[in-house]
Amino acid sequence: MTDIFSTLAFYLQRSFVVNALIVGVLIALCSSLLGVTLVLKRYSFIGDGLSHVAFGAMAIAAVVGLTNNMPLVLAITVVCAILLLRIGKNAKIKGDAAIAMISVGSLAIGYLLMNLFSTSSNLSGDVCSTLFGSTSILTLSSFDVWMCVILSVIVVLFFVLFYNKIFSVTFDENFARATGQRASLYNLLIAIVIAVIIVVSMQLVGSLLISALVIFPALSAMRVFKSFKSVTICAAIVSVICALTGLLTSILAGTPVGSTIVAVDIVAFIIFSVIGKIKGGSKA
Amino acid sequence: MPQLICKDLSLGYGSQEIQHGLSFEVNSGDYLCIVGENGSGKTTLMKTVLGLQKPLSGTIEFSEGLSSRDIGYLPQQTDVQRDFPASVQEIVISGCLGRKGFSPFYNKDDKALAQRSMERMNILDLKKRCYRELSGGQQQRVLLARALCATQKILLLDEPVAGLDPKVTADMYELIDSLNKDDGVTIIMISHDVDKALRYASHILHIGNECFFGTKEEYRDFKDGAVKGEDDND
Ligand SMILES: Nc1ncnc2c1ncn2[C@@H]1O[C@H](COP(=O)(O)OP(=O)(O)OP(=O)(O)O)[C@@H](O)[C@H]1O
Ligand SMILES: [Mg+2]
Repeated sequence: MTDIFSTLAFYLQRSFVVNALIVGVLIALCSSLLGVTLVLKRYSFIGDGLSHVAFGAMAIAAVVGLTNNMPLVLAITVVCAILLLRIGKNAKIKGDAAIAMISVGSLAIGYLLMNLFSTSSNLSGDVCSTLFGSTSILTLSSFDVWMCVILSVIVVLFFVLFYNKIFSVTFDENFARATGQRASLYNLLIAIVIAVIIVVSMQLVGSLLISALVIFPALSAMRVFKSFKSVTICAAIVSVICALTGLLTSILAGTPVGSTIVAVDIVAFIIFSVIGKIKGGSKA
Repeated sequence: MPQLICKDLSLGYGSQEIQHGLSFEVNSGDYLCIVGENGSGKTTLMKTVLGLQKPLSGTIEFSEGLSSRDIGYLPQQTDVQRDFPASVQEIVISGCLGRKGFSPFYNKDDKALAQRSMERMNILDLKKRCYRELSGGQQQRVLLARALCATQKILLLDEPVAGLDPKVTADMYELIDSLNKDDGVTIIMISHDVDKALRYASHILHIGNECFFGTKEEYRDFKDGAVKGEDDND
């Protein structure tokens, strides 16, 4: 036991480990906050879809020969996020199908473009890295960390200030619109924030982890808690704890970071499901 | 003085027209019932009046001093809400948001208003309960309390009694009636129950192949005429 702790203490002195912990926790926090809204709006897969869009955008940037692809990738992803959230219930193609279409479509186009024009010799490596993270979370630069900190502060602030409005447009968009709330504006803001979170964190941890971080904490919290506030708070706490546990485990056991965090999230989900069953059962 | 004037409205989606030539007005304190068959365009009319979709042609005018911020709306239930984790309190108070513009948090007045609306709807004891665990009738009253938080002037209700048992339906009608008579709230309501509509409403708008708008007395004559007409055909 002391062995583990001394190893841990050893690692915690390394700045790359501390950086990874900070970034992991912040991304987990941000994505879980918006995750509740996304899951409730039936947009669970938007994280996955948008990160594939970002991949397609990167391919375009590479083909055009941009050195700094961030602005282009962000712009395209934001536009797609807005389009997806706009589609709503009235469209002929439902939200989940639209996400699947855009997701698979941009992955295919992106791969095609890279295949046709790319000079990179490691194509499958490039594709794989979009799924599992292009930069390993253990090799973050201090620029990455700062960007992540600033972004997270903005996201949390946005969420706190717009919390009531997010609830309202998520629960009943028509009512919000009909009674003079600026639902389109709030949807737009939500879409932009989501796109930003996804683009930034995708480069750090990969799209697999992002989807998991969006979906699992929200679903776990919804097993047990019954008001929007308690679900949101619980999702945030669960997400942060799982991210920390996953990160530390992966450092100690040498397992891949993203997959380990997802595994911990799955365990948490199972635990919450059981608690929910017991609570629900005793009441009935 | 009319609160709402609709002139020569035609309703529809895209190029497909569902109704045309609808004209009616609603005065302060009126109780208008909209009746008509399934699919005749009642919900579409209400959504158009609410500004959720554009009319294909025609105009909708609210009187001076009445804006979308003075409207309360009870939607036909959507499936998203069915498994939504939200407490009754959270839902009711969200009715206040339209008035608040960008200010981020609820204040004392909002909380007091939510409290009063819940009291009025007799759901104070459900305050902390989870919305998705309530019965259909309780859910309708929660949504009505939310609508009351949005306005005291004009309520638009889309089939508020759908799926409720006769007793709860009767209670709901009484509740709506008292909002209209005692609190002076203008009611525009969609209903399938013509008898109830004739009992409570002051005006009827019938939409279908043949459209009609007038007071309920006029509607009785219109219906009798229609029945006679059918008899003559036989
Ligand atoms: N989003 C939509 N896009 C295209 N057509 C629609 C849409 N929603 C409804 N319709 C059509 O418009 C017509 C009127 O629908 P509406 O919902 O207004 O009927 P309703 O009178 O409210 O019926 P009910 O009594 O069943 O509620 C129907 O024929 C319906 O198929
Ligand atoms: Mg309808």
